[in-house]
Amino acid sequence: MNLRIPSFLQSAAPACLLALASSLAQAQLAIEITGAGTNRMPVAVASFEGESALPRAVTDVVRADLERSGIFKMVELGPGPMGADAPVDFGRVRSRGADAVAVGTFSPSGGRYQVQVRLHDAAKQVSLGSQAMVMSPNQYRTTGHRISDFIYEKLTGEPGVFSTRIAYVLKSGARYELQIADADGSNAQTALASREPIISPAWSPDGTRLAYVSFEAKKPVVYVHSLSTGQRNVAANFKGSNSAPAWSPDGRRLAVVLTKDGQSQLYSVNADGSGVLRLASSSGIDTEPAWSTDGMIYFTSDRGGSPQIYRVPAGGGDAQRVTFEGSYNVSPRPSPDGKSLVYVSRNGGRFQVTMLDLASRQTQTLTDSSKDESPSFAPNGRMVLYATEVGGRGVLAAVSSDGRVKQRLSVQSGDVREPAWGPQPRN
Amino acid sequence: MKYARFTLSLIAAGLLAACSSAPTTEGQGAAVEDRSGATGSGVDANRVVAVNADAKYGVANHPELTDPKNILSKRSVLFDYNSFVIKNEYRALVESHAKFLVAHPKMKMLIQGNTDERGSREYNLALGQKRADAVKKALSLLGVSEAQLESVSLGEEKPSCSDASETCWSANRRGDMLYSGEF
Repeated sequence: MNLRIPSFLQSAAPACLLALASSLAQAQLAIEITGAGTNRMPVAVASFEGESALPRAVTDVVRADLERSGIFKMVELGPGPMGADAPVDFGRVRSRGADAVAVGTFSPSGGRYQVQVRLHDAAKQVSLGSQAMVMSPNQYRTTGHRISDFIYEKLTGEPGVFSTRIAYVLKSGARYELQIADADGSNAQTALASREPIISPAWSPDGTRLAYVSFEAKKPVVYVHSLSTGQRNVAANFKGSNSAPAWSPDGRRLAVVLTKDGQSQLYSVNADGSGVLRLASSSGIDTEPAWSTDGMIYFTSDRGGSPQIYRVPAGGGDAQRVTFEGSYNVSPRPSPDGKSLVYVSRNGGRFQVTMLDLASRQTQTLTDSSKDESPSFAPNGRMVLYATEVGGRGVLAAVSSDGRVKQRLSVQSGDVREPAWGPQPRN
Repeated sequence: MKYARFTLSLIAAGLLAACSSAPTTEGQGAAVEDRSGATGSGVDANRVVAVNADAKYGVANHPELTDPKNILSKRSVLFDYNSFVIKNEYRALVESHAKFLVAHPKMKMLIQGNTDERGSREYNLALGQKRADAVKKALSLLGVSEAQLESVSLGEEKPSCSDASETCWSANRRGDMLYSGEF
């Protein structure tokens, strides 16, 4: 589909994945831990053999990742590197109180490094496994995140999310930027800059594209943006408003909200904008669709008077109401395993992220803030990223699905909003 | 910016060369926006071709739309909290715009609905659409052609003021009427 991009965007859009670190110093997301789990596992990450020759310490990234997860307590081992295949002084590790210890070796290899990592159970004094990888010196953060993922998975049995990325919108003055950063807020890059609002970014399941709503045409239009090339196409620009894109699990279709036939209603289109189909019909507003792995589409509707969450089979069928408590339940996002639902609920004037167990119907308010918006699950289902307000400024926050672990991501100046947690990277 | 005025007859040939739509009877003595900054001495073909073909149907040709003394310069309809009903105090305003659009069938209008900042952005986008639709429906009932009207929503994204106060929130519960050339 043909797209006219305003001239000020033509220069910004292809710049998508260029590293803009120097100009982004002010806009760098700083992460802060505001709550941790009660029973954190004590873990040590030794300095790795050969690491002192690297320009930046990889294990610092690993320790920061594991500490930030809120489920590990980092134990200092003191100086002295420990190699991947050397015998471990378990007496020393145990005396510091660590239940597990990660050791490793960096071996130079033609300008790059072979990395060998091994994790030991310090109590049983056995190896829990090892992993080998290759890195160039400028990949120290990426490598650190991969090591963290390895340790996390060995110790919890679940995949880590340290190598994932997040998308969000940064508003500074009258300028809106759609940015992509690592899950820890580092390495922020601008995919799109505009003088008009950008909302509702949604990651394609393979992590290569973002769908979003831009107001650059003085009305909401849905675009699909390829992150590696900066190329984008219009996915929905019908008469009226076009908004709330959500990807199908196979990445081929988008659920969208259109007003071409009247009130805001659910449709689906191919990612290139073709093949528009109606998904549901109601006499009220239907919006904020989200595809679940169980073949359902969850959405917000005020067909019953107040905005509540409903679901409808993606292949068509009757809608079923999901939320009943309260008079304002919006922005549903099903968990990756399809067993629970996170959404924003208004409780006595406060808008808060709420978790619903779909089987037991139990609900839990996960936050103590009052202007929460746009929750989205980490791909392992353990954390929920959302937007909120602190001191009148928009910030991002993350909370574990049990409400215990809390983090905040903010920038020095400007509002951060509309977060979306990306999928696991595909290697 | 300076506006040079030319009579339509002087530039009709150039306009016909620039666009395929036929000139209309509206806009007798209508002005064409001059983006060169030159004062109106001599009409050259290049300048005429550069002018947006829609401009002769745009707001620039209708000073009454921007004259502060004319009701047509007023473009906002404010709504009550959680309401999508046009209040009586805006009846005369909506009727004036309907009359203008009926008299100028080539003029188009974009109606942008807005909401206050509280709650979900996407749900607010849908609520803003209801406000824009209410204005559109009123204009349609007054005889304006569907083809002249598009109702869209800006939700909570373009507040006219940004304090967290009721005064501000009420200013943001609004439908704005924009004419060709303004969007």
